[in-house]
Parts: sequence; C-alpha cells; structure tokens
Amino acid sequence: MEMLGRSIVSIRDFPKEEIQTIVQKSLEVKAGKWSGVLKDKVLATLFFEPSTRTRLSFESAMVSMGGQTIGFADANVSSAKKGESLADTIRTVTGYCDAIVMRHPVEGAARLASEVATVPVINAGDGANQHPTQTFLDLVTIQEEFGRLSNLRIGMLGDLKYGRTVHSLAKALSLFGAQQVFISPPSLRMPGYTQEQLKQVGADYEEIEDISELTQELDVLYVTRIQKERFADFQEYERVAGAYTINRSAFEVLGEKCRVMHPLPRVDEISTELDETENAIYFRQAHNGIPTRQALLGLVLGVIQ
Amino acid sequence: MTTKAHKVYAIENGTVIDHIPSPNALKVVKILGVHQEGILTVGMNFKSKKQGRKDIVKVENLKLTAAVTDRLALVAPTATINIIEGGKVTEKRPIKVPLEFKGLLRCPNPNCITNVEEIPTHFKREGELTKPTVRCRYCERIYKDPGDLVI
Ligand SMILES: [Zn+2]
Repeated sequence: MEMLGRSIVSIRDFPKEEIQTIVQKSLEVKAGKWSGVLKDKVLATLFFEPSTRTRLSFESAMVSMGGQTIGFADANVSSAKKGESLADTIRTVTGYCDAIVMRHPVEGAARLASEVATVPVINAGDGANQHPTQTFLDLVTIQEEFGRLSNLRIGMLGDLKYGRTVHSLAKALSLFGAQQVFISPPSLRMPGYTQEQLKQVGADYEEIEDISELTQELDVLYVTRIQKERFADFQEYERVAGAYTINRSAFEVLGEKCRVMHPLPRVDEISTELDETENAIYFRQAHNGIPTRQALLGLVLGVIQ
Repeated sequence: MTTKAHKVYAIENGTVIDHIPSPNALKVVKILGVHQEGILTVGMNFKSKKQGRKDIVKVENLKLTAAVTDRLALVAPTATINIIEGGKVTEKRPIKVPLEFKGLLRCPNPNCITNVEEIPTHFKREGELTKPTVRCRYCERIYKDPGDLVI
C-alpha cells in the first residue's frame, strides 16, 4: 500500500485492505513500535471552525511523537476573515509545513485543499460530509477490543440522520460484513441516500425503534447524542431523548458483554453508572484518536511503512 | 412511422437529434441553448421500437459539433446526432457519455464548496448508462436527476 504523500479526505477513498493496514499500523503505534518518528515534522492545524477536542488530539499526536504544530483555532484569526479564498490560504500554508490538518464548515473544503496543497491534507471534518480520522479511530477501537472487524453485530443508537460519524462507520463496517442494527426514532432514521449506498455494497442491516425490539444480543452499541436543535418542540425532544438513554438495565437486552462506544462529548445519553464497567469503552475510544492520527500522519509522511 | 415523421419535418441543412428519451426534448433544447438560433422543430412522443417513446429535435442551418451535443449525455444518452447537408445525412454519431463531468453541472447543495469558492464543479457518473446518477466530487452527495443540474 502506497500512502506516502496521500491526503486523507474521505473514508470512501480507502478500500478494505487499506483500512485494515491503517488499523493495524495504529495498533502498532499504540504498542510503542514507531515512537519519535514524527521528529522534525511540522503539522499545520487549520481550524476554520472551532473544535477543541479534535485539534488537541492532533496536536498531542504530533508533539508526543517529536513533531511540531503551527496554525489557528478559529477562522476569526485567519486570513479567511479578510476575504482570502480557501485555495489561496492553502497554497500559502503548504509552503510552511509537512502536512495540513483542517476543519472547515463547508462540505468539500478538504477535497479542494488536497487538490491545491503540495503536502498531504487530513480532513478533520468538512460540514456534514466527512470526518475520516474519527471513523478510523472507531475501527481501531473495535479491532482492539475484538481482535477482528468481521463477523460482529453492531447497533447504532440515537440520531442516525444527522450524525456523519455513524454514516461513515456504517459504510466502513459494511465492507467487513458486519450485521448492523440501526435504532432510532422515526424522525432521526438513517437517511435514504446512506441506506442506498449501504445496499449497493450489500450491507446486512435492519432498522428498529427501540432496543427492546432486539432479537439478538449485540457485540457493540454505538451511541450518538440526540441534539435539542433537531426538535421544534422542547417537550418532544425530552420525550424522545429520554427514550434513547442507556443505563445498566439496558444490558438485559444488549447482552452482558456488549461494549458501548460514543464519539463524545456525551451529555446524558449514557448513564455515568456505566463509566467504571467493562462495557464502557468510550474513553479508550477517544484516547485511540492519538495513535490513529499518529499512524495516519506517519504513513502519509513516509516515516511509517 | 419514423419515415413519415421525417418527411413532415424534413430539413435541408442542420442537425437532427433523434432517439431522445421522452419527454426530454425540451431539456435538450435548453441545454443546447439553441432556442433563439433560427427554426427549431421539436417532436415528442413518437413511437420507437427500441425505446417505446422518443422525441426528436431538429435545428435548421446549424451544424452542432460533438463538443456541444456531448453535453446531452445526462438527458439523452441514447440520442443519435445526424448532420444534414443538402437534404442528405453527411454525418451520424452517438453521444459520448463520459465517466466524469467537469464544469457541466451545478451542485444543488448550498453548503458545497463549489457554491462558495470560484472553482469548476466536478461530478462522477454512477449507476446505469441509460439512467445515470452523479456524485459531487466535493460534497460527495449523489443526485438522481442529473439532467436538471446542467448549467
Ligand atoms: Zn457538491
């Protein structure tokens, strides 16, 4: 697999074999195999839209492997504010660094950046479209927990309509033949166009409205937050959100061994009583963002093979 | 049937676009931008052995080049182009349906970078040749009626 110089824009750019290699390299990094390989490398972090968690994760990934970062955390301090085009900002920054990570509110911004940059561009979120490093770290966490990505039963719960995280993850898991169960209120179902794409790749999935309708236990339940903004009526929001919270008693239907994941931040959709249980792997999932991003940076910069 | 249709609307010089899937004739006229270019004959809903119903567009006194007619790939992929000179067909060609379309379509997603920055759009064709869908290279959305997106 040739990763040197490549941009990481969309999970759609990666066939199954490449995803497997990236997951494997991430676990090697986590085990300490490639320490210090980002020494003397400079990463530009361009956050045209603030996202403290993602930015800190990239900066920590870079610094703890010997690299450095430059950049901005908010479009207000960047030249974009002065009316410079995105393409021109990227053409300039590309001369100051070895790689660029960017978040931008407009869909396709990272693709455009990858076309004009002379260094690899890593997409850290482009509007409602893609956030591929999140998908990779989700897969790394599943591989770490189960030793495989195939042959798993995975439930996705909550807001499946607007959550780009679950759209990308569902597509990636389909490549590995996962059995998927989408659990959501009718108004927040997995969108038709995502379901079309899942059908195209022969995905095995079903849709239900409540975990009580599960006919088999799950290996993983991936929980997403239902946001207030999606509802015109606050009481309707409270009623729906309340029905999609996970506590200890849920494991009677999920199965004692079911692992719970969440892209964080969590509000109250997962009861804190789970935090200390073996079922809860969401904090480890967040921490896996570091080795996953280090592996991706190392691969595109040619220091991890 | 078709012979009679051709007799009625026969032209001496120009371009005949035949085998347009019904009811796309008016979209063809719009995309070609020929509505003010002299006499135009639009025939719709002719019976066709191959496709059930077909439309025909005849543009008098204009020899449309392939660069122009290939823009019809998304509304009339099955069409044939006949160049008529002195009442005779001097050239007959199909429409080339490429895998990618650069600068031909607009992306209807208002939050797509192609509607924010000054860059040409870029779509990839997916699905069947006769019923294509397109995917925006930038925002990655898929559109089912690409003929309506032609700029
Ligand atoms: Zn688009």
